[in-house]
Amino acid sequence: MKTTILAAAALVLGAQAALAGGPDDDTLTINEDIAIVTRTDAPAHLENLDTIYSGWHFRDDDTQAMEMDDFDNPGMIFVDMAIDAWSAPEGSEGKSCADCHNDPESMAGVRAGYPKWSEEGGEVRTLQMQMNACRTERMGAEPWKYDAGAAINMEALLSSVSRGMPVNVATDGPAGETWERGREIYYTRYGLLELSCANCHEQNFGNYIRADHLSQGQVNGFPTYRLKNAKLNGMHSRFKGCVRDTRAETFAPGSAEFVALELYVTSRGNGLSVEGPSVRN
Amino acid sequence: MADGVKPRVKAPRTASAGEVVTIKTLISHPMESGQRKDGSGNPIPRSIINRFTCAFNGQMVVDVTLEPAISTNPYFEFEAKIPEAGTLQFTWYDDDGSVYEDSKPIEIS
Amino acid sequence: MDLTRRETLGACGAAALLAMLPAPALARTTDDWIAEFTGGADMAEGGLDLTAPEIAENGNTVPIEVGAPGASEILVLATGNPTPGVVKFTFGPLAGSQRASTRIRLAGTQDVIAIAKLADGSFARASTTVKVTIGGCGG
Repeated sequence: MKTTILAAAALVLGAQAALAGGPDDDTLTINEDIAIVTRTDAPAHLENLDTIYSGWHFRDDDTQAMEMDDFDNPGMIFVDMAIDAWSAPEGSEGKSCADCHNDPESMAGVRAGYPKWSEEGGEVRTLQMQMNACRTERMGAEPWKYDAGAAINMEALLSSVSRGMPVNVATDGPAGETWERGREIYYTRYGLLELSCANCHEQNFGNYIRADHLSQGQVNGFPTYRLKNAKLNGMHSRFKGCVRDTRAETFAPGSAEFVALELYVTSRGNGLSVEGPSVRN
Repeated sequence: MADGVKPRVKAPRTASAGEVVTIKTLISHPMESGQRKDGSGNPIPRSIINRFTCAFNGQMVVDVTLEPAISTNPYFEFEAKIPEAGTLQFTWYDDDGSVYEDSKPIEIS
Repeated sequence: MDLTRRETLGACGAAALLAMLPAPALARTTDDWIAEFTGGADMAEGGLDLTAPEIAENGNTVPIEVGAPGASEILVLATGNPTPGVVKFTFGPLAGSQRASTRIRLAGTQDVIAIAKLADGSFARASTTVKVTIGGCGG
């Protein structure tokens, strides 16, 4: 009974969202070349939504335009830096990423499957975790600090070569337990304000919270260049900020909680295109 | 050179003689405005790119004086007239005396 | 060393007074900027385009465009910023047009002014109001 009421309430709010300034009808093609799927049917596991939308749809025309050309998108300067880092040898083995992985373009498709279960690691790994495993185990280099400059730049590079490909992460199998934990976190109310991710991003997307136009909280566009801090931002940093804004003790980037949450939130976007590095507010 | 300052310029590789082309320039730079304070409340001194120029074969296209209100990672879009084959020269001048450069050759089609 | 509230307020007040002293000598107001650019000449309204959003997505990065056919220079001022100067474009012989776009910081809702020095040496002015909001849970 309670679920029905909640579902009904969600439907009403969802309908209002379209009127209240919900997602717009624009379409996104980057460099007049890469078609980005920014709206599509919600994946089967997502019971409370029919359609999923990229955060791109909730930004104004100027911000949307910044993402349409790789020379308008400031995030791409940092992709350029990662391209340099890709070929630079580092660590005791004197290797660079290029030595094993050839050129960055050959990594197309990799981003779309992360986070994923790692057999060799016996854990669900995010892209940054996998990069650090390569660095420490194969390059003999220091791991990058989670969501710090070099790691974020490289995540942006790997995302950029997968743009246009559908996000597709596994929600079952060995990753299933982590996925369930992420789902539980998504629907848990945190903090003095007692807000869960779902309260804003599932029940109120399209509405305004003060002056912010709420999106569905999809992460297909991460890392994202935020106008607010004029730099690339990673998913865990964003999760941390959101949880902090509920006036809760928040979790750390790289923590097990955020790895689980990243897997779950990414799966809510299965079917949208990889879009990073995107431009957001 | 301030750490990790990287330009990124969009210019066509070819143009017909006399054509007007669109140029887009980005450069990574914090553009510290001088308005912010550090954790102890001390003002962080201003440190910005204060001038940007674009020239083609030595002739000026645009000369820009930047103030601290230009956003981090300064962006400029403008148009250049290309009379002949040659090189677009882009120069950014930093408060700290550093000079950053990039160039793009253009051939006449 | 523990300060009482009275001592702290007193110290802050004194510091504020000291900080204020040299400031007027250095701060250029919008009028100062305009006077320096135009030499006091009149400014016509029109002949100059200034495009900025009505509501800024975020005040830290606001896209603007200015253009004035035949202009030699265009100055942009943010009248509500701590320092009003934003940017000055000087167009050279190989400028394809006298237009340019950039991204600026606006500290709050305010008028953005553009002044162009036209080919005949006269000045034109355009102004637009940009609303800058404080966001919700922007994180």
